[in-house]
Parts: sequence; C-alpha cells; structure tokens
Amino acid sequence: MTLSSVSKASIKDWISDISIKKALFPVIGILVFLMLWQIGASRVNTSLGTFPGPVVVYEQWNSLVDDHHRERTKESAFYERQEQRIEARQAKDPNYVGKIRSYTGKPTFFDQIFTSLYTVLAGFGLATLIAIPVGILIGLNSSVYSALNPVIQIFKPVSPLAWLPLVTMVVSASYVSDDPMFSKSFLTSMFTVTLCCMWPTLINTAVGVAAVEKDLLNVSKVLRLGWMTHVIKIVIPSAIPLMFTGLRLSLGIAWMVLIAAEMLAQNPGLGKFVWDEFQNGSSNSLGRIMVAVLTIGFIGFLLDRAMLTIQRYVSWDKTQVLR
Amino acid sequence: MATHLDISQVSIEFPTPKGPFKALDGVNLKIEKGEFVSLIGHSGCGKSTVLNIVAGLYDATEGGVLLDGREVRGPGPERAVVFQNHSLLPWLTSYENVELAVKQVFRKTKTKKEMHEWIMHNLELVHMTHAADKRPDEISGGMKQRVGIARALAMEPSVLLMDEPFGALDALTRAHLQDSLMEIQKDLNNTVIMITHDVDEAVLLSDRIVMMTNGPAATVGEVLHVDLERPRDRLSLANDPKYVDYRAQVLTFLYEKQRKVEPISPSKSTQNNDKGKVVNG
Repeated sequence: MTLSSVSKASIKDWISDISIKKALFPVIGILVFLMLWQIGASRVNTSLGTFPGPVVVYEQWNSLVDDHHRERTKESAFYERQEQRIEARQAKDPNYVGKIRSYTGKPTFFDQIFTSLYTVLAGFGLATLIAIPVGILIGLNSSVYSALNPVIQIFKPVSPLAWLPLVTMVVSASYVSDDPMFSKSFLTSMFTVTLCCMWPTLINTAVGVAAVEKDLLNVSKVLRLGWMTHVIKIVIPSAIPLMFTGLRLSLGIAWMVLIAAEMLAQNPGLGKFVWDEFQNGSSNSLGRIMVAVLTIGFIGFLLDRAMLTIQRYVSWDKTQVLR
Repeated sequence: MATHLDISQVSIEFPTPKGPFKALDGVNLKIEKGEFVSLIGHSGCGKSTVLNIVAGLYDATEGGVLLDGREVRGPGPERAVVFQNHSLLPWLTSYENVELAVKQVFRKTKTKKEMHEWIMHNLELVHMTHAADKRPDEISGGMKQRVGIARALAMEPSVLLMDEPFGALDALTRAHLQDSLMEIQKDLNNTVIMITHDVDEAVLLSDRIVMMTNGPAATVGEVLHVDLERPRDRLSLANDPKYVDYRAQVLTFLYEKQRKVEPISPSKSTQNNDKGKVVNG
C-alpha cells in the first residue's frame, strides 16, 4: 500500500461524513467564485481603473468601517463640545438655558443600511396590510375576484421606475407639513415599494383561500360558523402556506425595488449610496459600489431567512419541508 | 307517533354540460327516534347524495326532508356529519377540534367549565382522552376517525349522519371502531344514518338496511329489518343462521338484482394482456 492510496482513502472517508459534506461544498463554491472573480476583474478596464476584485472590495469595506467609526467619534465630540460650552456659560450665568443642536454630518454606510432596512420594512408592511385582507376577500368570492383580476394583472408587471415619478409628484403635492414626521424621499421610496411588492402576496393569498379543502368547508357549514370564525379558524390557517410563499416573494421584490427607488428618490439608503458613489467617480467608487452590491445581496438573503423562520414558527404543518 | 325524520319524494338533478343529470328519483324513507339505519348500494348510486340532502349540504330538486315536523333548510349541527376522511382541522389538536364544535353549539347554554367537561366526556366516549393535545397528523387514521365521531357526538345531534365512516380504515381498526360505535350507541341511543358498502358492517350495526338501486335516477330498492338481539357480538353472530340469512339477502340484492352492468372484470383482464399499450378508459 502506497502513501498516496492511504491518503486518498482517508480523504474519501472524510468527505463522505455528512456534516463535513454540508459545509465543504459551499466553501468550495465560494472559493472558486472568488478566484474567477479575481481573474476576471483584473481584465476589465474602465475609466475609473480596473474592475474591483475581492481584495480591493475587502479594502473598501474596511475603509467604510473606518469612516463609520470616525464619523461616530466626531459626532460624540460635537455633542461633548456643546455640553462643555453650555456648562461654561451656566457657571457665569445660572439662568442660562442651553440648546443642544443636532449633529448634521453625512450618513455613513451603516446608517444607510439602516435607512434602507426600515424603508423596505415599512413598504413591505404596508403592502402586507393591504394584500392579505384583499387576497382573502377575492379568494372567498369569485365575483370580487373576476372584478379585481384585470386590474391586478395590469398593475402587477409595472416597473418601479414607472411608478416613481407619479408617486413623487403625489407625495410632494399631498404631504405638506411644516414639521414633517417623515421625509418625502422616505415616503416616495416606501410607497413605490408597496405598489410593486404587494402582488405576489395578494395573488397567493387568494389562491390559498380559494383552495380550502371542500370537506373542511362542509365542516364549517354543518357547524354554522359565523363569517369571522370561518375566516379565522378555517380559511386563514389553510391558506397560510401559500400566503407565506407570497410574502417571501414580496419581500424579495420589495428589497430589489427599494434600491432602484432610493436611487431616484434620493432616500438616504443603499440605493443613494450606490448612486452617489457612481456620481463621485473616484478611484474607490467601483470598489465601494461592489461592497454595496454584496451587502444588498447578503441582507436580501437574511430577510428571506427571517421570513422562513417566521413561517416555520407560524406553520401548523411541522412535517412540511420548508426551504 | 310522529316520524322523527321523514325523507319524502326526494329527487335531485345536477346540471352537467350535457343537460341535467337525475341522480335520485323519489326517495322515501321514514326513520324513528333511536333507529340505526344503513344505506347500502354500489358506488355511484347516490347514497352520499341522500346523506348530503339530509345534512342540508345539497338541496333536493323535488321533495324534501322533515326533521321532527320541520323542513330541513341548509346544514346545521343538529344533523352532525361524520365525514369519510375525518375532516379534522389539521392545525388544531383533538381537543380543539371538538372544542370548535362545542363552542359553536353550546356557547349560550354552557359555562366554560361545563364545556370543558363536555369535550372531555366526548373524547372519553371514543377513548381518545390520551391524545387530546395531539394534532391530527400525530395520530393514526382510526384515531382521527374517533375524534371525528367525538366531534359529531359533541354537537348532541338529533340525527347523526355517517358517510362511510370506516371506509378508509384497515379491517382490524374498522372492526374495533364498529364495536366502539355499538357501545356508544347502547348508551346514547342516537338516531343514525350510516352509509356503507360493507355488507357485514351493515348487518352488524343496523336496525334497518336500506338498499339502493343503481343510478342514474337511483331510489330505495328494498328495506331489510335486522332483528338481532343487542348487544351484538361479531364472533357469535358469524354462525348465527339469522345473521347469515340477512347477509345473504343483502348480497343477493347487490349482486343479483342490482348487479353493476358495466363489465368490470373483462376490461381489467384486457388491461393485463395489453401491458405496455395505451388503454383507453
């Protein structure tokens, strides 16, 4: 027996271990991707330098993290200075009431991630609040379904970019306030997200509601359940699997649409970050945009996982394989 | 004495693309309180349709159903149904499934504590208290059917309608549930209409067996009074000449007088001979 045959066999054993197999192949996949990326990127030349490879992107990520810390230090220093100034004035004049001015530095990458997250969740939440009740309604009643179906089918494929100018104009015309609670860019982005992402939830809820087993409907009839009890006890639970399919599709669309909406509405989120870097056109820009691309992808993935976790928790059928 | 349940001159037509299809034609049946009646017949003869009309899930085209002198309109818990496929809500536990029915029927007349006791009492009747907190996918087919029966009994129905309640179960489980049902019946003395296509089940459980003719336009063919002493025991009855005779009468009706006209076996054998070829049908 030669040395190489021993090691070959032991490697084979090692790979066949299931838990290792589960971790091994994804790691291989990622490594191969990084390699191809590095090789491919170095061959693409743009007016802003070569296309960023993984190494450059990693450096830009670090610099964004540094920016964030620097900005935070500046911010706390700013407030500290104000407090000191006020204390100094109060020592001379006990009646002096100081006013703390808020810091107006530019948002960091991580502030922008946070803005994007709450904008998408607000838009998605609003879409869910509309889509689920309407979906239940049209699923229960085929006449309402036939009435609304043409409208749904026509608005479903509309791109966010087409909605945006309209939403912008409507928001700026109707949301007039001296002390606005939300910025207009936030509202515009949110409504655009809502308009684009509610359709999958709506349609899947309707299909789920319409597909309740006939036997269960008969049970409901024999028991003479009231409308509300019927919907809560029978219709919604049986529609839950499809409802969640819709919700997950919707959340995915919401996140995709948001980036485009933020670019045009100038909502200070990831979309604006990408747009600003593009306009900026420094030698770091492409690397920074690539950081944003990966961040957007990773957050999208986390959002879907979060939905899946909620679905697992809510679903009554624990034997169902959810992926 | 007035009839408890009176099915009179019931006919029903279903619309089809080729014009109306008459499934039942002039079905008449009077049932006394506490009577156990089986409906037997070949598949497609409209047994289930009769049951669904009594349940109020279908509306008869002609004729109607009177329960205690009042016309049946729409479904209701006083005519509880045990469905063939248990029809438990899969997201509720056994207890909650029965609870849904109890809350609906006794919401105004029972206190919370009484309702709880009533639910447990009914689960006890079908020997399912041990699985009260289990969901339908965690218990066996026979157990699900037991819970389905408990749910129906818990509505305290005037008539209990059973649509092939044991049809989907294996023979041993079925026998076990038949015994349970007889035991419950002894205590509660419900009025029951049960659909079956099992001759032994019909003779063992029923006071009367209603044999239906083949569809379309099916109706009541013959009615057989089963005059066997209760409690009945399946083992000692197996050799009882009266039991054997009742059984033979039902079999004669089903396989001589109302033999299915469609040639079932020849087409099967051609299918076997022509393996691999496309068989129409």
